[in-house]
Amino acid sequence: MGDYILLAISCILVNNILLAQYLGCCPFMGTSKKMETAIGMGMAVIFVLVMAGSITWLIEAYVLKPFKLEYLRTIAFILIIASLVQFVEMFLRKSIPALYKGLGIFLPLITTNCAVMGVCLININEEYTFVQSLVTSFSYAAGFGLALVLFAGVRERVLLARVPKPLEDTAIALVVAGMLSLAFFAFKGMV
Amino acid sequence: MAKSITQEFVKGLWDEIPPFRLVLGLCPTLAVTKSVENGLGMGVAVIFVLVCSNMLVSLLRNIIPSKVRIACFIVIIATFVIVVELLMQAYTYALFLKLGIFIPLIVVNCVVLGRAEAFAYKNGIVRSIVDGFGIGVGFTISLVALGALREVFGSGTFFGIPVFGASFQPFTFMIEAPGAFVCLGLMLSLMNLAENK
Repeated sequence: MGDYILLAISCILVNNILLAQYLGCCPFMGTSKKMETAIGMGMAVIFVLVMAGSITWLIEAYVLKPFKLEYLRTIAFILIIASLVQFVEMFLRKSIPALYKGLGIFLPLITTNCAVMGVCLININEEYTFVQSLVTSFSYAAGFGLALVLFAGVRERVLLARVPKPLEDTAIALVVAGMLSLAFFAFKGMV
Repeated sequence: MAKSITQEFVKGLWDEIPPFRLVLGLCPTLAVTKSVENGLGMGVAVIFVLVCSNMLVSLLRNIIPSKVRIACFIVIIATFVIVVELLMQAYTYALFLKLGIFIPLIVVNCVVLGRAEAFAYKNGIVRSIVDGFGIGVGFTISLVALGALREVFGSGTFFGIPVFGASFQPFTFMIEAPGAFVCLGLMLSLMNLAENK
């Protein structure tokens, strides 16, 4: 049990998917302008990543490996993620409309979120067991959500500040992300 | 209205240079630019994928139904990414190991998908190839520039060759994650400054 907690902490804080491994930067920049969208995106990523992480692990272990098809991993994973996202979207629209309203517009964006694909690949590369992959998928996604919400908070304040003209918008956002990343950098060596 | 072939190529080098003008494909930009070599390798891989996928998407644009086009694009792109992956594994193994999971992640590089959707699906084959090549070269230039900046200050080398004397204390901040974000932000602001003059 202790191992799993340690693994979770390392994924959320030390190896934060966004700020230490640079995955998922596009939605990070795109959806962090408002707190609400940041929370929506964070939740959607947690939801999809846990499912994608477990399904891709199963596919790798029971389909790709036994049939020596590892070279098809990239195409298999992206197809799984894309169809999963579609399926989740349809399922939510039918059965949990409230949740769909909250996550709806962010779901299609997740297909091209490299954090999802990245974590699935990390799970395979690090040769995690099924339970470990579940833990890492959830904690990486939680770390993504955490960074996104923190960043959105800062960005809302930056809107009110006077920023030099050339630095406006994306440029200042990147510099702010750098500062945030510096803060997370302090966790290095903790686990 | 219609741009000449040269214009299609040149626009990728400044007007629509990723990741500065089109804020897409940030993840590989930040992650692989620890050194010039990595940046160049990634850039060349992206050029290959972009040109091939643009070509195929443009060829098939009348066959692909628009409702499932994104899925089709992804399959096309993934195919070429696997080709690149296997080629790099065979011929440039050291670089393959350094770039690690970022090679398969070209699949979800929004630049590639973005060009398929915004350009290749609507234009002829020659134009699409030129567009893919132009954007790819622009992306490579950005990666190499950022890689050079970070490598020179972060490890005091350029392409692995030391540029400063032995007394140089590497500015490690630059090759770590925070440096990547700050460098990209500052480069973007310099571009804005140049534009507005």
